[in-house]
Amino acid sequence: MNTPISDPLGNPTSTGQVEDEPESGEQTQLNRRQFLQSLGAGLLLAVIVPVDALAQERPPRGSGPNRTANEATLAARLHINEHGRITVMTGKVEGGQGARAQIAQAVAEELRVSPEMIDVIMADTALTPDDGGTHGSQTTPRTIPAVRRAASAARDLLLSAAAAKLGVALGELEARNGQIVNVANVRIKQELTYGQIATDVANSKAFTASPSRDIQISAVADWKVLGTSVPHPNARALVTGRHFYPSDYGGPLVLHGAVLRPPAYRAKLKSVDLEPAKNTPDVASVVRDGDFVGVAARTSLAARRAIESLEKSAEWDTTAVVPANTTNVYDHLRQNVRGGADAIKNPYADELTRSTASLRSEYRVAYIQHAPMEPRAAVAHFDGDRLTVWTGTQHPFDVRNELVRALNIDSPDKVRVIVPDFGGGFGGKHSGEVAIEAARLARAAGYAVRLVWTRAEEFAWAYFRPAGVMLAEANLAEDGSIDSWFYRNINSGNSGIASPYRAARNNTQFVQSEAPLRQGSYRALAATANHFARESFIDELAVLAKDDPLNFRLKHLGDERMIAVLRAAAEKGGYAATRLLKSVGTGVGIACGTEKGSFVAACAKVQIAPDGKSFRVTHICQTYECGKIMNPANCLSQVQGGLIMGLGGALYEEVEFDAGVIKNGNFTDYRVPRIADLPTMDIHLLDRPDLPSVGAGETPIIAIAPAIANAIYHATGKRIRQMPIRLDPA
Amino acid sequence: MDATFTIRVNGNEHRLTTDPDRPLLDVLREDLHLNGTHYGCGAGDCGACSVLVDGKRIFSCSTAINEVAEVAGTEAAGQSITTIEGLSNGAKLHPVQQAFLDEGAFQCGYCTPGMIVAATALLKEKPSPSDAEIIEGMNGNICRCCGYARMISAIRRAAEQNGGAK
Repeated sequence: MNTPISDPLGNPTSTGQVEDEPESGEQTQLNRRQFLQSLGAGLLLAVIVPVDALAQERPPRGSGPNRTANEATLAARLHINEHGRITVMTGKVEGGQGARAQIAQAVAEELRVSPEMIDVIMADTALTPDDGGTHGSQTTPRTIPAVRRAASAARDLLLSAAAAKLGVALGELEARNGQIVNVANVRIKQELTYGQIATDVANSKAFTASPSRDIQISAVADWKVLGTSVPHPNARALVTGRHFYPSDYGGPLVLHGAVLRPPAYRAKLKSVDLEPAKNTPDVASVVRDGDFVGVAARTSLAARRAIESLEKSAEWDTTAVVPANTTNVYDHLRQNVRGGADAIKNPYADELTRSTASLRSEYRVAYIQHAPMEPRAAVAHFDGDRLTVWTGTQHPFDVRNELVRALNIDSPDKVRVIVPDFGGGFGGKHSGEVAIEAARLARAAGYAVRLVWTRAEEFAWAYFRPAGVMLAEANLAEDGSIDSWFYRNINSGNSGIASPYRAARNNTQFVQSEAPLRQGSYRALAATANHFARESFIDELAVLAKDDPLNFRLKHLGDERMIAVLRAAAEKGGYAATRLLKSVGTGVGIACGTEKGSFVAACAKVQIAPDGKSFRVTHICQTYECGKIMNPANCLSQVQGGLIMGLGGALYEEVEFDAGVIKNGNFTDYRVPRIADLPTMDIHLLDRPDLPSVGAGETPIIAIAPAIANAIYHATGKRIRQMPIRLDPA
Repeated sequence: MDATFTIRVNGNEHRLTTDPDRPLLDVLREDLHLNGTHYGCGAGDCGACSVLVDGKRIFSCSTAINEVAEVAGTEAAGQSITTIEGLSNGAKLHPVQQAFLDEGAFQCGYCTPGMIVAATALLKEKPSPSDAEIIEGMNGNICRCCGYARMISAIRRAAEQNGGAK
């Protein structure tokens, strides 16, 4: 491993290879020049890849998040040192989804070295390019191709430099194993190591390149590193407890923060007496700035005690609190739909009335929480007017800008955000609230502050995956085809809303409403809600058409990739046999879907309890296809994990609230999947070397809930139209 | 009121004066800077904070320092605490750590130290656990990445190699 790079608090940098105890570093702000010195002599390449050059790698369908200005070009920075070690700098983050390994693989592949030769520095606003955040399964289809082009450009540069140095034609040389070798004339051993060339080229200047559009990246058939199960680069640090998560930074050099929270969402602080907190032992600093009240103390217990002393005197204005609760939230969302009744009016209402085969159904999904194992955490440190924050976020550059605004800092250059590999995000860590809170506390205390949200705060004050009401209406033509299809998603979102089923007429929309809670992104976001509604509804239409649900789907699907995953799940999951030999209290259901360019199908089997009030998922077969698989072991982890996380939303997870107060903000009352909930899983990854690779972090979550609901219908004749799915809601 | 404690962690004795109500987890992280033991819930619901006390798994987030430390001037005897940092022997990983590494039984890895500690305690008590015993022994630990399948494989592997039997 390379030498740990010092930072203001003497913590290791985010290369993820933290094996040794952190060395104490200089108490200075690191600048890029010092950083490059610490990498050793060598060659730095900044390669700009225009996004349109990546068009062919973009997924053919799916609705990724809007592209930000930062993403118009993707920059990749590579450094090759005198020993031939390669450092790649990327703005992407690692939150357990496996980006670090895959980026190392991408560089290793194109530079023809083993992945152990690669160090990946991620998400440090002072060192890495702005890649516009880590979300929407974009690392695989967008970042990886950009990194591969950059590495490929680096290889070309090394080859050219070697050709000049050795005085041979370019075509006689080949890059292999960290060396440029003369392959045309094997009798004379002519080779230069990357380290030799890098130090030589670097004597002139650092290199900035815009590779030509036709730059060659390795064909799938030639892959040696991509397509293999390269392990997590910091695996050893994870099992030894030596990895530094955001909540671990600071060591002895920090105070511990805590923040006063309102009693309910949207309550405003009227008044509070700060004196009791100031008088709490071990408290260093108490600050109020508008609604923000926080403390910094020598221990986190002292900080929490100081906050408890403030809660006694705090008075709150609760007039803005929305009086919705867990039960009436769906009526609330319907009643407050933007655009009023017209926005959810079916233009094919007459067709439905005239048709002999029509159906209207309403589906609901509850508010749920990401609940990553590592809560939001930040360590903030001011050095003069320069601020450094370590925090777990999916958007380091946006969080830097949030800090600049919230703290009135005159230049973004004075703020550095570092994102160490953090303990889970799932779409929940897009924003910078904890970074801002820690920075405010650090400024007030005149000392570095570590702030880690409590589990209760994480449940109540992190944004939620939105609840939603989905209206689905359709009628069938005489021949059993879908004549009209009307679909509205109220409040939960647009992702995965487009139906893959042929319909003569189609009117599909997402409409916003007034949200009673703070809501935001989530793994696959509304694709889960939309697939639950659509895949349940298509099952209902199959019943209406007196057809088998699998058959009915196959008749109305056009996309060969969708058909392939669906057929595979049915076949490998034993769908037909279970339908045929149905025994009392058992059922099998199927569902399929696509999002972010990948395809998934699930075949679920359930067993209903003799009293009919509960059920067990006995078996799940899930098939998944995301183009060419870049890292099979990591892909399988994502599919297994996504499936089980999806099982949580399908069966257990629901945020209970009343008038802005969260009622079940702990792991006893808010039930997430545990090891005992694991059903028998049979997962099949369908590798498609002929198709571009797309991300696998989200889509595996979307098919499980409708497959279970459909299996319950098969077992009982009862249609459950709400997530979480409960047979006996009482 | 602060009290003075002697706490034995990973074979080392530490003397400190602090609030006796502080959770062991906070003392490990904030005073001893042993960051491998993680905060997950503060209520013993998730297992991220698991450590071994005299070989048994406890939740350090909901165990006060005065329950496990030797308290100066009292009869309370200190117990022997092992954290994730104390499991490996120099560069040689504990067999359970090695099994988790070999199976790649982690995603974000935040729950992993607690999982390994819990599995170590489980295998000490039941060197050859059935799957049902693995599930029962590990159900107090949450992995939000939901990487449970690989954890079961890792614990089976460690058991096969007699990891917890010593």
